[in-house]
Amino acid sequence: MKILIAVKRVIDPNVKVRIKSDQSGVETTNVKMAMNPFDEIALEEAVRLKEAGTATEIVAVSAGPQQAQETLRTALAVGADRGVHIVAEVELEPLIVAKLLSAIAERESPDLFILGKQAIDDDSSQTGQMLAALLGWPQGTFAYKVAIENGTATVTREIDGGLETVALKMPAVITTDLRLNEPRYASLPNIMKAKKKPIETFKPEDLGVDVAPHLATLKVEEPTGRKAGVIVENAAELVEKLRNEAKVI
Amino acid sequence: MTVLVLAEHDNATLRAATLNAIAAATQLGDTHLLVAGQSCRKVAEAGARVRGVSKVLLVDDARYAHPLAEPMATLLVKLASGYSHVLAAATTSGKNIMPRVAALLDVAQISEIIAVIDENTFKRPIYAGNGIATVQSRDAIKVITVRGTAFEAAATEGGQASIEDAAAADDPGKSSFVGQDLSKTERPELTSARVVISGGRGLQSGDNFRLLEEIADKLGAAIGASRAAVDAGFVPNDYQVGQTGKIVAPDLYIAVGISGAIQHLAGMKDSKVIVAINKDPEAPIFQVADYGVVGDLFKILPELSAALG
Ligand SMILES: Cc1cc2nc3c(=O)[nH]c(=O)nc-3n(C[C@H](O)[C@H](O)[C@H](O)COP(=O)(O)OP(=O)(O)OC[C@H]3O[C@@H](n4cnc5c(N)ncnc54)[C@H](O)[C@@H]3O)c2cc1C
Ligand SMILES: Nc1ncnc2c1ncn2[C@@H]1O[C@H](COP(=O)(O)O)[C@@H](O)[C@H]1O
Repeated sequence: MKILIAVKRVIDPNVKVRIKSDQSGVETTNVKMAMNPFDEIALEEAVRLKEAGTATEIVAVSAGPQQAQETLRTALAVGADRGVHIVAEVELEPLIVAKLLSAIAERESPDLFILGKQAIDDDSSQTGQMLAALLGWPQGTFAYKVAIENGTATVTREIDGGLETVALKMPAVITTDLRLNEPRYASLPNIMKAKKKPIETFKPEDLGVDVAPHLATLKVEEPTGRKAGVIVENAAELVEKLRNEAKVI
Repeated sequence: MTVLVLAEHDNATLRAATLNAIAAATQLGDTHLLVAGQSCRKVAEAGARVRGVSKVLLVDDARYAHPLAEPMATLLVKLASGYSHVLAAATTSGKNIMPRVAALLDVAQISEIIAVIDENTFKRPIYAGNGIATVQSRDAIKVITVRGTAFEAAATEGGQASIEDAAAADDPGKSSFVGQDLSKTERPELTSARVVISGGRGLQSGDNFRLLEEIADKLGAAIGASRAAVDAGFVPNDYQVGQTGKIVAPDLYIAVGISGAIQHLAGMKDSKVIVAINKDPEAPIFQVADYGVVGDLFKILPELSAALG
């Protein structure tokens, strides 16, 4: 069984993002970048399926600027066998990424395509579902548990009220939630070995995908901030304030 | 301009989040509500009474007994051509279905809008709410999910919509429902509760959440949690509040033993009044709290419970 995973290079989740003063977007120059945390979980799941003998090959795919290669190298160091880099210097909407990934899926014919449930920069939570739609495959989003057997992926999903389990005929798309697994770090020897693993590159036009956006971002603003309030001495004073000042209880 | 809203329900009751999506829809135009399910006429009848809904489309068919993304998306795509906008609440269900609909229509999807500027232009948070983007769509059909906390719920009474039966669409037949394990609680739903009290890693165990329950009982509150508390297994997954969990904006949010990481703040910083209880005076949660109590939660919570009477 072959697994494709999608990994996005994003601003490190621990970095405090800054809005550009001209409101054109978020400052990304000289900012620490990392693999999207949900994609680390996708990668880990694929590596575990390979270790369990269920999967035979893992291909990591990333679309983005030249530096996305670093994210792919990280994936290779953790356990992906090959990388595919779709080089694009412009920002890509989820629909466009889904089209690019579906073109790669058509070349590679995987049994599973695992993505993160959400990129923590655009917070879209769309790409996996769109990819499944374009390929005509079923989808198991926000996965909490995955079991593969006889061409069926049984996916337990985190939903608003608790958990839901669905059975999907493979090939299928899965998107990861936080509790699916705990990603490992790459070991130093594996980081060295990853340097020799192949990364194939494509341009969007090689894949027949038009990257023109459907949405225009007119501006990006700071949210209206909150001010720190007061420290109260004890529970009794808190209740008094909530009753008589804030009037919320 | 006619807008189609996908109703979320369990075949018996309309979920509160749909009322917020309807509120957003009525800012755009004439609003129709799609109720697809099995033996769900009661939901359609409730939908018809919601203020602002002018027509309910009822699709009663076994293939929609559970809202699987594959058949639901096929149905929405079949119906979408008559509409300028297709909306759903930004719940796990809406987020599962709507991007699939958008891709099948070859249009972008706009996630979690918090404001309607005009028929093509919307505001939405990015980077865990650290930026608010204004985006303009060039697509003929706009497929949108709505952040419930940003739109006041439409009234559940006062509407007089007609109910029209509509035909089911093909089920691609590649997915099936196996089962569900829903958390049972007598408490109000987290995303629509007036008061929420959340616990973090500071609670130390699931058992200690009893301290929060006692207070929740007195305030009629829902219980939430930080990711750390959920990951540690103190409480179920669906308690998580934050960037990648639930978004809440109650009148009163009480954060107990929660440090206030940006991913947590993203889910609660639009609450009207925020209270933080934390032993670390430097905890970032105090920067957004209207009222802070610095101290040991194991001492403060029983006192708070007593003070509430
Ligand atoms: C991709 C990604 C997504 C995430 N999504 C979310 C999300 O949706 N929601 C979310 O919450 N987090 C999320 N996180 C995690 C987030 O970054 C923090 O790790 C998490 O919120 C920390 O939880 P916490 O505040 O309970 O724990 P900690 O940060 O460990 O804080 C515990 C707090 O309890 C206080 N405390 C301890 N003992 C006591 C005591 N006896 N009395 C009083 N106070 C005490 C401490 O002073 C401390 O401030 C996400 C992270 C990533 C990378
Ligand atoms: N440019 C990209 N390259 C590779 N994968 C991506 C890219 N953008 C999004 N993805 C994948 O899609 C998931 C969801 O992203 P989004 O829909 O943008 O929230 C991510 O977790 C990634 O797995």
